[in-house]
Amino acid sequence: MLPEKLRSFFTAAAGQNAAGGPGSPAGVSRVVPAGSFSARPSFHAAAPVTRQSRGLEQFFFNIRDIVGLSILDLSGATQENINFLTSLGHKIYSQDMMRSLDEAFGRDPAEQTNPSRIDYFLRTNFDYQPDTFDGALLWDSLQFMGPALLNATVDRLHDLMRPKSYLLAFFNAHDRVTEVMSHAFRIGDNQTILLAERGMRPTAQVFNNRNLEKLFGKFETVKFFLTRESLREVIVRR
Amino acid sequence: MSSTPYRLPDTDPRNTATIGKSVKIIGQIFTKEDLYVDGDVEGTIESQENKVTVGPNGRVQASIRAREVVILGQVQGNVEAADKVDLRKDAKLVGDIASGRISIEDGALFKGSIDIRRRSRKPVRKPVVGAPSPVPAGPVVASPVPAGGFGIKR
Repeated sequence: MLPEKLRSFFTAAAGQNAAGGPGSPAGVSRVVPAGSFSARPSFHAAAPVTRQSRGLEQFFFNIRDIVGLSILDLSGATQENINFLTSLGHKIYSQDMMRSLDEAFGRDPAEQTNPSRIDYFLRTNFDYQPDTFDGALLWDSLQFMGPALLNATVDRLHDLMRPKSYLLAFFNAHDRVTEVMSHAFRIGDNQTILLAERGMRPTAQVFNNRNLEKLFGKFETVKFFLTRESLREVIVRR
Repeated sequence: MSSTPYRLPDTDPRNTATIGKSVKIIGQIFTKEDLYVDGDVEGTIESQENKVTVGPNGRVQASIRAREVVILGQVQGNVEAADKVDLRKDAKLVGDIASGRISIEDGALFKGSIDIRRRSRKPVRKPVVGAPSPVPAGPVVASPVPAGGFGIKR
């Protein structure tokens, strides 16, 4: 752990709830059909929703029958994710990427262009040895990064992930929205996630298939699951 | 009439060593009884057979090794517990956790890795089909991803 990481962690202003809001799996109030995605204004304190995820299903399918993996989870530490991943015999590296983004850049993607701040961000949040991770659950964190930060982060992830490993990321594919709801993600089972809203955030750029293929150009393969409401679930193989 | 300024969670004061919130200790702490830290500690804390609790005012920059660790305050350092690590609401932990069990309340902040060590579990090493020997220090694959089973769109 770098000293900067520790300092920023303890001195940062109060950020998002790492656990992603109130409630527990038992408190699920409504179920959204497979492929749908709930996005509502941040001022509406919504109850968490459950959602089927083909991307998550594919992710766990790809690592089935394997134990002892190192999985990066950028949704922040939650009891559900810890229980699920450790029950599979894996080791978790947990981090709240939305909070880290706020600490480093605030909420304006325009602030994410300063090279020294990008470097600081990478040093404080991705300070791991190369080939550390066998899988990464990035959730929706990448879509809130500006192009410079995003490319630097993906390059860093490429270094940190082992060959043949997989990462899962979600992108809103709608090209006419300037902000989308961010979520905390809790794993229900290998194909179900529980989403807790964390407020609207400006999106830094449009993500279509071509952009994503270019973004993950250093990786071996990219697979898309386009769901309703213009949400792309992306499985990328290192 | 009670004037206790704060409650010691789940601890018996008669069997618990306490570092008060106005106390700062730099160095190594070894104890054979439960320890409650509500002050500042820099160094290491070791209480192999007992419980270490970091109170809401506690600021610990130390590795902690104990039977059970409960955190209500702030900890920078690795935490190793034979039995359980318990992160309460408003707890902040930057460091790696190795424990038999872990409990994280909503509102707790954690940054690091979590390694669940089950006491009786032996390392599971499933053989790779057709492979002469397992890959050292890497994940063990029991069945490879089937060719063509991963739809590629480029």
